[in-house]
Amino acid sequence: MVNLKVDLCGLTLDNPLIPASGCFGYGKEFARWYDINMLGSFSFKGTTLEPRFGNPTPRIAECAEGMLNAVGLQNPGVEHVIAHELPEMKEYFHKPVVANISGFSLEEYVRCCELLDAQEQVGILEVNISCPNVHGGGMAFGTSAKSAAEVTEAVKKVTKKPVFIKLSPNVTNIVEIAKACEDAGADGLSLINTLLGMRIDLNRRKPILANKMGGFSGPAIFPVALRMVYQVYEAVKIPLMGMGGVQTARDVIEMMLAGATAVQIGAANLVNPCVCKEIIEQLPAEMEKLGIRSLKDIIGGAH
Amino acid sequence: MKQSIFEIIRHERLTETVFRMVLKGDTSDITATGQFVNVQLSGKFLRRPISVCDWDQDTLTLVYKVVGSGTEQMSRMQAGEKLDILTGLGNGYNLEAGFEKPLLIGGGVGVPPLYALCKALVKKGLTPVAVLGFNKKEEIFLKEDFEKLGAEVIVATADGSYGVKGFVTDAMKGLEYDYFFTCGPEPMLKAVSAASECSGQLSFEERMACGFGACMGCSCKTKYGNKRICKDGPVLVKEEVVW
Ligand SMILES: Cc1cc2nc3c(=O)[nH]c(=O)nc-3n(C[C@H](O)[C@H](O)[C@H](O)COP(=O)(O)OP(=O)(O)OC[C@H]3O[C@@H](n4cnc5c(N)ncnc54)[C@H](O)[C@@H]3O)c2cc1C
Ligand SMILES: Cc1cc2nc3c(=O)[nH]c(=O)nc-3n(C[C@H](O)[C@H](O)[C@H](O)COP(=O)(O)O)c2cc1C
Ligand code: FES
Repeated sequence: MVNLKVDLCGLTLDNPLIPASGCFGYGKEFARWYDINMLGSFSFKGTTLEPRFGNPTPRIAECAEGMLNAVGLQNPGVEHVIAHELPEMKEYFHKPVVANISGFSLEEYVRCCELLDAQEQVGILEVNISCPNVHGGGMAFGTSAKSAAEVTEAVKKVTKKPVFIKLSPNVTNIVEIAKACEDAGADGLSLINTLLGMRIDLNRRKPILANKMGGFSGPAIFPVALRMVYQVYEAVKIPLMGMGGVQTARDVIEMMLAGATAVQIGAANLVNPCVCKEIIEQLPAEMEKLGIRSLKDIIGGAH
Repeated sequence: MKQSIFEIIRHERLTETVFRMVLKGDTSDITATGQFVNVQLSGKFLRRPISVCDWDQDTLTLVYKVVGSGTEQMSRMQAGEKLDILTGLGNGYNLEAGFEKPLLIGGGVGVPPLYALCKALVKKGLTPVAVLGFNKKEEIFLKEDFEKLGAEVIVATADGSYGVKGFVTDAMKGLEYDYFFTCGPEPMLKAVSAASECSGQLSFEERMACGFGACMGCSCKTKYGNKRICKDGPVLVKEEVVW
């Protein structure tokens, strides 16, 4: 018998599989395909203080082995999430969930975290710092070590739940930002978010996405994500949730060897709604083939 | 919603760029006309959404136009080959909207979903009129199929090489109907809606990632709130559409 359990900041996950934010809604659509309680957990759609419609369409473009999205954080706002989505979620998901939070100002992050901290269903706060900082000249919070640390420090003050800062890969030195978050008190790090990308429609000679640029994800980014998880693992002591292009049980094992304690899966859910279920079912056989008895033992094993 | 493997049992060319693919497989989750399926193609990351043109207990008919590399790849597939398809996606047309003289208006590759709808309306004892718009005579498809169902078909071609010269709205002039169903390019949907005094249902297209409501890739604003074209649509009622 192989052991799939991992510990993440005091939470014991039945397995390291966590569908990534924005690719799993609030779980409802997937609960129709399979019992999502078999997951380690899942990260729900990025939540902001106010409701957001997001960007104009087209929001989706395809590329080789991946996709671009420019959804623009469409969500009904934190109050609606607490009043409607979380109570509804209780019916079909009975494990602590990862609450993904976004903001355009420090105050917004803080207020969102405060409100979600009070929800017992929430096990982990995952703070996405890829949004532009409206008070800081529009540069994303996640692109400077200083502002990343500021967000971390501010949200840590208002919650007792573990805080994972979700790092953007669109930076020169992700290690420096990771360390700044750790020093500011982050309990863990999630990486990577999408890479900034673009496609152009040859007939119209215009960008496909109405927003012109969008976040690139899917299997094509796996080596980049893996490299960043590997580098960050060397530099920090806090646990990592690794993601980016993962779509098979072997990818999960590879991501864990690079240093991930849990592994998130994003875009793959959108093309194969049962991908996480299939991976969980396939993991034991893959582990046996590779002589792995407990997944816990291989975290960072490639270092 | 269901994910299953379908086998191509017939594949034929209807015009230079439009193909009809008949597949065998589990169609039990297709519950309404106007729904669509999401087709996985090898080497393509995203699935391709295609309307259900017709279905029965174990066959599914898709009619599609080659517009890019995915549909081109599809067009080269042969009977016996298999496709992974998500079925039962979207709301579909509501046939209980209360009407006696429905008009169906399709433009180009908006025509296929109206076929199953027409069949269902005929089954209800109605005699629908179908206005089908194409660019030119050589691009006309499914006309005889609609006629075989017993519908009256009026064709409009943009260049006048067949039927009424002009757009579907030109062919609609003078027709009596108390409800409409339409699918086609957005400017056509808008024109049809503006030209109709009665209510109706319109089927929209949007670039999609999941096709089942999870990613918010296909959202639109309506008078009844934000909707996902893939899940709360693709069919919207005239009254809710924000142009
Ligand atoms: C609900 C719905 C029903 C549809 N029904 C039909 C049908 O019955 N018959 C038919 O011929 N076509 C239909 N389409 C359009 C069809 O999905 C596209 O023509 C097809 O995806 C193009 O793929 P491609 O690889 O050939 O083109 P490419 O341009 O190479 O595709 C690149 C990407 O853009 C997407 N894309 C390109 N054009 C469209 C489009 N018009 N709408 C949505 N996504 C697009 C593709 O899915 C893919 O992700 C429908 C679209 C939707 C949303
Ligand atoms: C459609 C879509 C929406 C996303 N929305 C969010 C979001 O709201 N918050 C967030 O932190 N990440 C969001 N992401 C990023 C993913 O959570 C993930 O970090 C990224 O896609 C890389 O993983 P993948 O290659 O497995 O998709 C989104 C990704 C996609 C494809
Ligand atoms: S395409 Fe994903 S929600 Fe519509």
